[in-house]
Amino acid sequence: MSEAFSFELVSPEALVLGGEASEVVVPGSEGYFTVLAKHSPFMTTVKPGIVDVKMSDGEAKRIFVRGGFADVSPDGFTLLAEQATMLEDFNMEELDQDIQAARDDVKDSDGEKKAKAEAVLAQLEDSKAAVEAARN
Amino acid sequence: MASLKELRNRIASVKATQKITKAMQMVAAAKLRKAQVAAEAARPYSERMAKVMANISAGMEGSDSAPKLMAGTGSDQNHLLVVATAERGLCGGFNSSIARLARDQARDLLAQGKQLKILCVGKKGFDALKMEFSGILLDVVTFREIKNVGFAQANQVATQVLSMFDDAEFDVCTLFYSEFQSIISQIPTSQQLIPANVVVADDVASDADAVDVHYEYEPSEEEILEDLLPRNIPVQIFRAILENAASEQGARMSAMDNATRNAGEVIDKLTLSFNRQRQAQITKELIEIISGAEAL
Repeated sequence: MSEAFSFELVSPEALVLGGEASEVVVPGSEGYFTVLAKHSPFMTTVKPGIVDVKMSDGEAKRIFVRGGFADVSPDGFTLLAEQATMLEDFNMEELDQDIQAARDDVKDSDGEKKAKAEAVLAQLEDSKAAVEAARN
Repeated sequence: MASLKELRNRIASVKATQKITKAMQMVAAAKLRKAQVAAEAARPYSERMAKVMANISAGMEGSDSAPKLMAGTGSDQNHLLVVATAERGLCGGFNSSIARLARDQARDLLAQGKQLKILCVGKKGFDALKMEFSGILLDVVTFREIKNVGFAQANQVATQVLSMFDDAEFDVCTLFYSEFQSIISQIPTSQQLIPANVVVADDVASDADAVDVHYEYEPSEEEILEDLLPRNIPVQIFRAILENAASEQGARMSAMDNATRNAGEVIDKLTLSFNRQRQAQITKELIEIISGAEAL
């Protein structure tokens, strides 16, 4: 059994998950990374995807997050997510709608904005793939 | 002097009003509790956000590469005022005090020859400002149909503000809302959103260990900050909306408490004059009967 550390997943509306975790896998914007106890202080942005949490009591939780920050400090790990939904409650249709909206944005914009919209679209599609992979 | 019947009707109508204000007060009390819970729940996120912002921006101090959202555009000619108020009235001076603060600042800025635009969140602020600033009032965002205003709504406002900033429509953005102090006191507040004022909270500053820790950043500090600043805007707006919601209910509660008490006083007064008049009439009738009997 690995060592536990304090983990908090906060969304703007509420503290989604808080407690002792032994292992958390996070979709960082530069690639997935795993946080274990005594991770060195580290900060990164998070892309949309699935966060895998193993609580210290052995319970596993999978949460879909969108947009946010991971802040690993010596006191523990805080994940700030603009949107966080338990995978079992997750509504695929909403994501599809957002993807459709992002596609329209790409079509309607140009120049710098287009690049931004494309980045958003790519992230959304990635996250859809991640959700589908996690479900099957 | 009103007749007995008129008095009786007035007492009945004031009593009905009192019942309504009493009910409104109780509803406001229940909603206030809910609003406070929501504000409480949102606190960890904005606190963490402020901490992260303070951490990163401390390292960015004085550097030229600071993003526009923090450093500003270098001019302060164009201003945007975001005025957040309630959707409904009957809450004492709540709406008018926010509107007054915004109006004073708007007059100040106009007197200094600045360009000004106003975005209203909430219908009441729009109503209060539309007479004087109809030309520069941009838009009103209302959440009237939405029961529980969530982060999505704050995000919607923020997106609008940010896209205006990207199009260089303003340089400085100020947010007006009411800080919830207690049920009897709500303080209309203005807060500069853009460029961001990073305030290092006391507990962060005193927590020297946390600041000393050497963080690794991935991607670079600048990129994180650039990503973080636009995200901070909806968080601040969301916080303002929640503070506003709590303040509104608090203000309504005390306003309705006052109204209920006033109605009680009016009822007492009316009842007194009703009784007096009835007594006078009885006396008058008695005198008529007695003098009628004496005449026989």
